[in-house]
Amino acid sequence: MKAPWSATARQRRQAGQGSWWSGLPGVVYLIALVFLPLVIIFVYSFLSRAKLGVGVKWQFSLTPYTELLFSESLSGGRSFDPTYLQIIANSFWYAIITSVVCLVLSIPIALWLATRAPERRTALVFAVTIPFWTSLLIRTYSFIIILNDNGPINGLLKGIGIIDEPIAMLYTPFATVVGLVYTFLPFMILPIYASAERFDFRLAEAAYDLGAAKWTVLRRIVLPSIRPGIIAGMVLVFIPALGSYLAPELLGGGKTSMIANVIAAQFGASRNWPFGAALSVLLLVITLLVLVIFAVVAKRASRAAGRGGWEALI
Amino acid sequence: MTMDSMPTRGRKRRRNGGVGPGLRDFPTFKAVSYLVFVFLYLPLVVVVAYSFNSNRVVSVWRGFTFSWYSEVLGNDDIQRALFNSLRIGVVATIVSVVLATGLAIGLLTMARAGRTFAWTLIGAPLIIPEIVFAIGTLALFVQSRIPLGVNAITLAHIAFCVPFALLPIRARLRGVDPAVYEAAADLGAGEFTIFRRMTLPLLAPGIVAGALLAFIISLDDFIVSYFLAGPGGTTLPVYIFGMIRNAVTPGVNALSTLMLVASILIVSLSYLLARKRR
Repeated sequence: MKAPWSATARQRRQAGQGSWWSGLPGVVYLIALVFLPLVIIFVYSFLSRAKLGVGVKWQFSLTPYTELLFSESLSGGRSFDPTYLQIIANSFWYAIITSVVCLVLSIPIALWLATRAPERRTALVFAVTIPFWTSLLIRTYSFIIILNDNGPINGLLKGIGIIDEPIAMLYTPFATVVGLVYTFLPFMILPIYASAERFDFRLAEAAYDLGAAKWTVLRRIVLPSIRPGIIAGMVLVFIPALGSYLAPELLGGGKTSMIANVIAAQFGASRNWPFGAALSVLLLVITLLVLVIFAVVAKRASRAAGRGGWEALI
Repeated sequence: MTMDSMPTRGRKRRRNGGVGPGLRDFPTFKAVSYLVFVFLYLPLVVVVAYSFNSNRVVSVWRGFTFSWYSEVLGNDDIQRALFNSLRIGVVATIVSVVLATGLAIGLLTMARAGRTFAWTLIGAPLIIPEIVFAIGTLALFVQSRIPLGVNAITLAHIAFCVPFALLPIRARLRGVDPAVYEAAADLGAGEFTIFRRMTLPLLAPGIVAGALLAFIISLDDFIVSYFLAGPGGTTLPVYIFGMIRNAVTPGVNALSTLMLVASILIVSLSYLLARKRR
């Protein structure tokens, strides 16, 4: 990915600005600990399973990739097995639902934030970012308390007499989606807000004065103007949602495995590192493809993603 | 908010400050916004509230108690995990801030291709799914016979702390008028003197802000630490995961509350520093 926020760097060497080699240790470090791990994963995905399961056997093999589609019986026969295709499809499905729910929740709050007085706005945007900086593990765990049969939601509903029996919410796909939406909501709100903040709301007022109904103003004037933010938000939510581990692991109760959970299992209990590596390569390829697709949909998306997403957090 | 967006605030004030009828009174927007805020903070509130629950069964409220805090603080395993987390966090923060400061300065004068390459490396940990990064690092360490544990976790944390440390430093650096360096150079200061006496003090708030962010990111990381922990490298989040997985006692809420408070304090401090005017 081409990083967007490098655009304004001064190219001309100026007195006292230091020189490019001061960045060298950082670059070397990142090559060793970001690039090399990816290379190793790629190599591992073409090797054989080690006898005891930890590590790999250095023997070329395409089995890790065929295992994605076929299961091998003890007698050596191969049969089509849709288990992993199903999990990949599930992951897409969860990521899509998460993106859409986040979008629907984020447009109102982003526009609401953008129309507050500037002093309050800054504080409110900071309030949106605070949960992001707290432990994701703890926030996800908290939904175990919130959604469980004796938790506050069921307690409240029972208390006011709407239900007699608790609604089973924890360890269902619903719980996983709630956890995913919760995890990624700020990544949708912030870029849309960044777009909305740049929008000249006098345009909306003008349309309003000319007799347009509120929903028409929203649909025809405001939404097209914040489109870059929406696209950036979709990228920033969809991609990490696809690779989520914690929400399905803790809230799905084993019923909602996503790709990341299967990868983790291969490096844990299932002890099949090459297969885990092949799944990782697949996840990376999908991630890159999705990035490219979004970039084609809107060239400005990555720019807005950088500005509105990561930099807005800080 | 970024540092860069600040100079334009005056303009925006005129533009959006007194928004008229149009959108402001979209009836559902305000309600949805309030609900979103409730949703965002509910998990934090619930964990804190239930940390005072005297019932052994985590999810059923019975009465108020402080006892989980003393139980958690007196637990040897938790103290060891805390010590591991702090040690990893401090070392990862120091190294990543040094690397990020070098990168921030170096990026200004790098050739275009080098810059693109550097930014791809810096941004990669934010785009790559964390599980892939975790198992990739695990494979790298196993392959190169680096033992798992506290040091392995530290090495991995440095890599994904760099982008978080970099952004505030870079925002600060971009706000510095290059004329001040030229003035210093004209007055006879050498490169190193300029770095020590001008660049560093000018960047200091950004460096501290970046360090605080890097520290939280390291402190709160679970997935990477979980895969690299080995037998002796249990950090606080890894310990908490074990508590959630095995026997959930309300102690997990007390421990979580302490971590939440620490994160929120640190990020608020970082935010105030990054916003400080020159």
